[in-house]
Amino acid sequence: MRICVVGCGAVGSLFAANLASLDDVEVWAYDLWDEHVAAINEHGLQLSGAGEVVGRVRATSDAAEVPACDFGIVATKSMHTSSAVAAVAHAFEGGAVCSVQNGAGNEELVAEHVREVIRGTTFPAGHLADPGHVVWDTKGDTHIGPFEPSPAPIDKVRVLADACTRAGMPTVALEDARGAQWRKLIFNAASNAIGALTGLSHGRVAEPPTRELAWAVMAEGGAVADAQGIVLDTSPEDLFDYAARKDVAYDHKPSMLQDIQAGRETEIDFLNGAIVAFGERNGVDAPLNRTLTALVQGLERR
Amino acid sequence: MRRVCVVGAGVIGSLYAAHLSRVAEVSVLVRRPEQAAALREGLRVSGKSDFAARVTAASDPAELPEFDLGIVSTKATDLDAAAARLARRFEGATMMTIQNGLGAEEILRAHGSWPVISAVTFMSGVRHDDAHVEYELDTETWLGPYAGSGTTFETVEEVHDLLVASGLRARAFADLRPAQWSKLIFNATVNTVAALTDLPHVSQFAATAEQTDLGRLVRDLMDEGKRVAAAAGVELHEDPWEMNVLAVRRGETQAAEGAYAHVPSMLEDVRSRRRTEVDFITGALVREAGRAGVPVPLHTAMYRLVRAREQA
Repeated sequence: MRICVVGCGAVGSLFAANLASLDDVEVWAYDLWDEHVAAINEHGLQLSGAGEVVGRVRATSDAAEVPACDFGIVATKSMHTSSAVAAVAHAFEGGAVCSVQNGAGNEELVAEHVREVIRGTTFPAGHLADPGHVVWDTKGDTHIGPFEPSPAPIDKVRVLADACTRAGMPTVALEDARGAQWRKLIFNAASNAIGALTGLSHGRVAEPPTRELAWAVMAEGGAVADAQGIVLDTSPEDLFDYAARKDVAYDHKPSMLQDIQAGRETEIDFLNGAIVAFGERNGVDAPLNRTLTALVQGLERR
Repeated sequence: MRRVCVVGAGVIGSLYAAHLSRVAEVSVLVRRPEQAAALREGLRVSGKSDFAARVTAASDPAELPEFDLGIVSTKATDLDAAAARLARRFEGATMMTIQNGLGAEEILRAHGSWPVISAVTFMSGVRHDDAHVEYELDTETWLGPYAGSGTTFETVEEVHDLLVASGLRARAFADLRPAQWSKLIFNATVNTVAALTDLPHVSQFAATAEQTDLGRLVRDLMDEGKRVAAAAGVELHEDPWEMNVLAVRRGETQAAEGAYAHVPSMLEDVRSRRRTEVDFITGALVREAGRAGVPVPLHTAMYRLVRAREQA
């Protein structure tokens, strides 16, 4: 089996390096960062932290080099989904492509270039330490399922889930993976946007004066999920409180806050912006998410 | 009305003190002795007007000469402490409040039974040092009698005439509340949006093409504020959205001439990690909304975000 990870940042590297440990899987990585690509090809893709792995991965920044693959795993930042998948789509004419990105709206973009699409949500996290080296910060589950408008067959979804699980990335294949995706989306949208606007860590966002706001923002997301017939697998509010524990992620700086502080573009359009857009399509107004979207977009353009 | 005391010499206080010194005897009360000393050397205005003013300055209220008109121009967050220093003094004076938001008159009156003039101003500037202020926007001061405090409209007109004679622009109102509320809604919106986005008051504040454009949020916030005003029985003097569009357009013209875009005071406060006036502006609007039974989820969200931003 051949799998290409598209976008080999922290999350992409966790999939790529772990999958490369399997004898029956050949792993490719497509990424535009030349030093990272060179380091991976020279020394292997190294993980440390929650797991010590060195994966033999074929990395390239030239999409034309990627051969035909059985699966793609898209792990770019959401604003790069379209360009990355468009460049490498030729490799997936007979394959299925799974997004493991943040937020909602990525699968729609993948489906503009690929026929068989898999919806995915992943919790493992890490950060890039050096070219070719990613620190694995937290382990966690991944949920994947056919993307309804342009689905991969469920059998293929199961094959990918099985490979990831065997590789040490526990992955559940579901007929409907929307509940897991929207639970994480609703949680992320509240934590990230409020964190980015206030400068507060996740744990402090969960306290007054922003706690009630976070809960109201999540309630709007829940209403938008409801209107689409999505049943959340567990409660985003419970996840919010769990993550706010001192022994979990109280001091964690939401990634959107890190993006703002580094002057980078954020994933706001795929988080709060996606809740607004899916709400609009389904006749549900989400004024607080619209407010947060407008404010974060303003902050990006300052 | 020949003797004026300005309490608090930030940008606005300094602009009043310097201009009024051309037509009245002006004293200035400040908190820091160093600023009083600097002001005694002369108060400089540059920008829209350019001159140096002679004023009396003190950091101890006991050293102040008597006055007919007190202009209390501290930030809203410092008003209570400043008013406490005036308590049981200057009982023959009329006091004018100029703070952003609502509630300044009540805070002042808790410390003395002076007749009070309510005022709002749209002037703005930049403070260069303790005794030098740059005058940016030479817009009007609006003033009117604070009901129930014994101020007559004649007194308001007298103060108006004094301001105009000093070279400032002013307008007297029999009832200031419609103007005060227009500015309250404008400020509650523009200041919080600026503080949270780190954007000066630029053209994006009036952009409404897309659903998540900043101008849509500005308009939605102003609509919420307008519903509160209506429920409180206040007919607005000016539409805050039109004020916003005009201000943005004026900013664009100035930017084209190479001037800076206006940085709202709450953004300045956030950038300098000072406590903001959000309690007196958005906080006041949210409290009025509660009293009138009007839901204001967006202003409530903005209030919480700015409070959280202050704590970060």
